[in-house]
Amino acid sequence: MPEELRVKGKNNNEKPIPKEHYEELERYIDSLPSLEGRLIQVLHRAQDIFGYLPRDVQLFIARRLGLAGAKVNGVVTFYTYFTEEPRGEYVINICTGTACFVKGGNKLLEEFENKLKVSVGDTTEDRKFTLKDVRCVGACGLAPLVVINDKVYGRVKPEEVEGILSEYRQEVLQ
Amino acid sequence: MKRYRSHILVCGGTACESQESREMIGKFEDELKKTGYSEEVQVVKTGCFGFCEKGPIVKIHPDHVFYVEVKPEDIEEIVKEHIIKGRIVQRLLYEEPTLEKKIEEQEKISFYHKQLRIALRNCGFINPENIEEYIAENGYLALGKVLTEMTPEEVIQTVKDSGLRGRGGGGFPTGYKWELTYRNKNDVKFIICNADEGDPGAFMDRSILEGDPHSVLEAMAIAGYAIGAEKGYIYIRAEYPLAIQRLNIAIEQAREYGFLGEKIFNSDFNFDIELKYGAGAFVCGEETALINSVEGGRGEPNAKPPFPAESGLWDKPTSVNNVETFANIPQIILKGPAWFSRVGTEGSKGTKVFALAGKVNNVGLVEVPMGITLREIIYDIGGGIRDNKKFKAVQTGGPSGGCIPEEYLDTHIDYETLKEIGSMMGSGGMIVMDEDNCMVNISKFYLEFTEDESCGKCTPCRIGNKRLHEILTRITNGRGTEEDLENLKSLGEMVKESSLCGLGQSSPNPVLSTMKYFAEEYHEHVVNKKCPAGVCSMGKKKATTIPKK
Repeated sequence: MPEELRVKGKNNNEKPIPKEHYEELERYIDSLPSLEGRLIQVLHRAQDIFGYLPRDVQLFIARRLGLAGAKVNGVVTFYTYFTEEPRGEYVINICTGTACFVKGGNKLLEEFENKLKVSVGDTTEDRKFTLKDVRCVGACGLAPLVVINDKVYGRVKPEEVEGILSEYRQEVLQ
Repeated sequence: MKRYRSHILVCGGTACESQESREMIGKFEDELKKTGYSEEVQVVKTGCFGFCEKGPIVKIHPDHVFYVEVKPEDIEEIVKEHIIKGRIVQRLLYEEPTLEKKIEEQEKISFYHKQLRIALRNCGFINPENIEEYIAENGYLALGKVLTEMTPEEVIQTVKDSGLRGRGGGGFPTGYKWELTYRNKNDVKFIICNADEGDPGAFMDRSILEGDPHSVLEAMAIAGYAIGAEKGYIYIRAEYPLAIQRLNIAIEQAREYGFLGEKIFNSDFNFDIELKYGAGAFVCGEETALINSVEGGRGEPNAKPPFPAESGLWDKPTSVNNVETFANIPQIILKGPAWFSRVGTEGSKGTKVFALAGKVNNVGLVEVPMGITLREIIYDIGGGIRDNKKFKAVQTGGPSGGCIPEEYLDTHIDYETLKEIGSMMGSGGMIVMDEDNCMVNISKFYLEFTEDESCGKCTPCRIGNKRLHEILTRITNGRGTEEDLENLKSLGEMVKESSLCGLGQSSPNPVLSTMKYFAEEYHEHVVNKKCPAGVCSMGKKKATTIPKK
């Protein structure tokens, strides 16, 4: 694969990954006492740094840890926490745990899908919002609930969705 | 050490923190300073009180007054009235719905009245970020006793005698697990704490780790001494940032005070603990899958034997125990096995923490003696069904458990009785459903979950659960046939019998139990193409499913 395509990722319009990010990850890997069994730990850190785990980052990690690229990709795709696609500025997590489900969490999810015009797991075209489902936040007293980045919205009704989204849309305009 | 005449305890659990309890602590401190009381009254951020329904919770010691649904704008009044003038703020007290009476003290609220707190003893009582508060409640005393007065064999015997069984779901006797690991001779062994709480709707482990992290660290060190391990790992969900933060603080403090590290209590015993983060895979709650994940790989289970006690992490003897199991250990050591085994039933000793949620009035975390009835939990503690609706079922054991109908509400619950009625203890999720919930739709919900979470290693689970989910989707869309019902049952039993690990062996339970107890609902869907609860679209509009990732 030509060098510039690899750096840009699969969509040509994406920004190249800054070199400093690789350097930061490298420093982290160098600081570990041993490399055995550290793959998931390194992936967590890499996702913190890069925001997601594109192919090149996975291959970089594979080389640094002395693992096959397929092994790294196998782990990345096994766990739902890791993502190979860049996320939006705001990640909307809809709780789909049982407590939220019996109180209408699925209707809430549909409402977000309709309002954002994306399906769960996808990011809006302007890269502002990523819609995700999460398997239980463990705050069932507030069911059904939505977490946007770190902010928790409890006992949300479908008719409140537009209002919640507009908080963030306005912030985007500002 | 500074003395305070009064303490203001503010709940710092996830549910309360997301309702501004953190901001409220700062506001209390400002208000006390402004009024000149900051030398007399201390504000303490505690772990979860359990009464999440009425959060944020503020409790005033030593008066034991319990304020509910406190908002930042109430703080000035609490300080001016209660702290300064000694007058209780009536409007913030909990009102018992059945008695229409305001209740001042926590213990007198019916939500707490039938509870017995062993694992949750310090939650909502101490500041989890201050090791000295844990020590003041006899913290690390059990570790000291074990290291200075007991042999590893005596520790194992004590845990065996207590009758403690694994609280993560399986219910395997903890003392035997330790004994098996102890007997496998090896220079290197491991203790793993399973904090990968993946059952949707269960949050007891998180609350313990957030509210009393030292109790788990202490118990892991005790377990390490008993089996001969010097290293422990806590495998925790990355989705629990607050618990991770508090564990990191606790580990740091324990090292500083010499409860972790080398030559603990001047003995020859060394022990240290490291955190390992999960990455969102339900199957990692299964111990062999968890071990594979701790090693940094895909969290797929292995066939047993060999059991982890023989060949676990890095092929070394390993004991994997759940958070709640560990939280019981220090008390068992201090108060003795007889004290612990007095509580509970013949085969299930002690207490169990349940995350009570769904359509009950009092959603929250409850710790009850084994052998209590479901009715007592749902009606006496949970305050009954919300909005005066009719009870339909209670689901225990999460995606591995079943739905229990009204006729079994008086069952005295323990590991065995729950299994007999087609459900299981599981990790302790308890979801109450009312007449507005469709049982076919609920089992479809669980199957969607297991289809998604199946790791794909064994065929019965990978394909069987997918087919079960497809059949249920057909039925809820009004396209089901009577043959589908037969297939559901036989396929469900097949998946249970032939799957590799606990996930597949229990995933058909929600379907099989609802088919058994709510057969007429399935019949209505298939034959009359009607959803009695009015939930399923029956093909009229877009199905109310949660789309796939």
